[in-house]
Amino acid sequence: MNPIETDPGQKTQRWLDIAAALAVSGALAAVIFYAPREATMGAVQKIFYFHLAAAWAGMISFLMAAIAGGLYLVQRQMRWDQLSLSAVEVGLVLMLMAIVGGSIWAKQAWNTWWTWDPRLTTVTIMELVYLAYFMLRQGVDDPERRARFGAVYAGVGFLSVPLMYLSIHLYRTIHPLLLGNAGEPGMLLAPRMTQTLLISLAAFSVLLAALLYRRLRLARLGDVLDALRQQEE
Amino acid sequence: MNNRPGFWRATFAVARKDLLTEWRSREAFSAMLVFALLVIFIFNFALELKPAARTEISAGVLWVTLCFAGSLGLNRAWAVEKDRGCLDGLLLAPVDRAALYFGKLFSGWLVLLTIAAILLPVYGLLYNQNLFLPGLIIVVVLGVEGYLAVGTLLAAMAVQVRSRDLLLPVLLFPVTLPALIAAVKASSAFLAGLPWTEVQPWFTLLLAFDLIFTVVAWLAFDIVMEE
Repeated sequence: MNPIETDPGQKTQRWLDIAAALAVSGALAAVIFYAPREATMGAVQKIFYFHLAAAWAGMISFLMAAIAGGLYLVQRQMRWDQLSLSAVEVGLVLMLMAIVGGSIWAKQAWNTWWTWDPRLTTVTIMELVYLAYFMLRQGVDDPERRARFGAVYAGVGFLSVPLMYLSIHLYRTIHPLLLGNAGEPGMLLAPRMTQTLLISLAAFSVLLAALLYRRLRLARLGDVLDALRQQEE
Repeated sequence: MNNRPGFWRATFAVARKDLLTEWRSREAFSAMLVFALLVIFIFNFALELKPAARTEISAGVLWVTLCFAGSLGLNRAWAVEKDRGCLDGLLLAPVDRAALYFGKLFSGWLVLLTIAAILLPVYGLLYNQNLFLPGLIIVVVLGVEGYLAVGTLLAAMAVQVRSRDLLLPVLLFPVTLPALIAAVKASSAFLAGLPWTEVQPWFTLLLAFDLIFTVVAWLAFDIVMEE
């Protein structure tokens, strides 16, 4: 078989990769050179741009996973399952970047790597939900059932995220001795900061598209490979 | 003529079957009970429950114990169906699948509440604390329902997966956490004797979670049980 026939996305992938590389390095340059130094926190505040952008892209990715899962359940087409799986995987990586970056920032700003703030806690539990998602998928051999279970769990998991935030938020507001809303990114005063943030958000959106496309292609090729193997047997 | 049994009759039949087999063997029940008591003892040593600290920690200890015992029971409830081929029979029965879900949920609920009914006085006795508060009992009834509503769905899924007994807690605990938080906070507010205005937000939240979890699990159950 002609490799182009089984993998029509190679060209798109190349363009997406180039765009993502340019966008992220552009955003990095903006963060380092263009954005002003924050008065009280200094250089470490610059983590914030990529931190928020990664969290944004990760959240979009998880949302896409839930939607794609729902579409799979309606239409029963494997491509939706591939998209759902890819989105979870990419979302997991981006969210981890946001958590680790945020943690380094917190060490400087709050003098601790970690606080049990509602946002931090919710995001981390969300990561655990999606790790469980992979374990669930690994345990199922039948691709149809794997897709079905994955879609159900992605839906239930995504639904529990706002509920979780609600109850943890209420938990913390009743106990005001904790940091409360100290994580509020209310420091976007200078217009250059807002611009840098927007550039970072755009760059990470492109990065999300590139990663997602790559992962989706991999999933598709994996299915083609499986089909070929079965033909030979 | 339509000979399908009605929804409630079918639900009741499934629950009755489960409770009857459980009553005859008492396998899951005794394991859950002994396990729950052991967990309470382990907590005693792990946390060094001093009288002053106890009142604040009690609600947490109770809920962790109930969740652990509950996950044992959930695993068991579907494993017996799967291992002895009863699941196929249940799925072939000409009843609404929802009856199967609610039957399982109801029987699991009764079993776990029975465990709680033994656990609460024992805990009260061991730690010299009165746990027979109507509010606390209602919270236990509601919290167990919320936990098992998702649990019954996820256990039905986990039983069809290779490493099922390992997997269930991993799937279940993060998703049910919101209900658990609400239950713990409502319980400890009742135990501390706080006024209703302090308890009310948690209580309402718990009720809302019960409702959401039950409806979502009920809708998803059909998808999980497709063959």
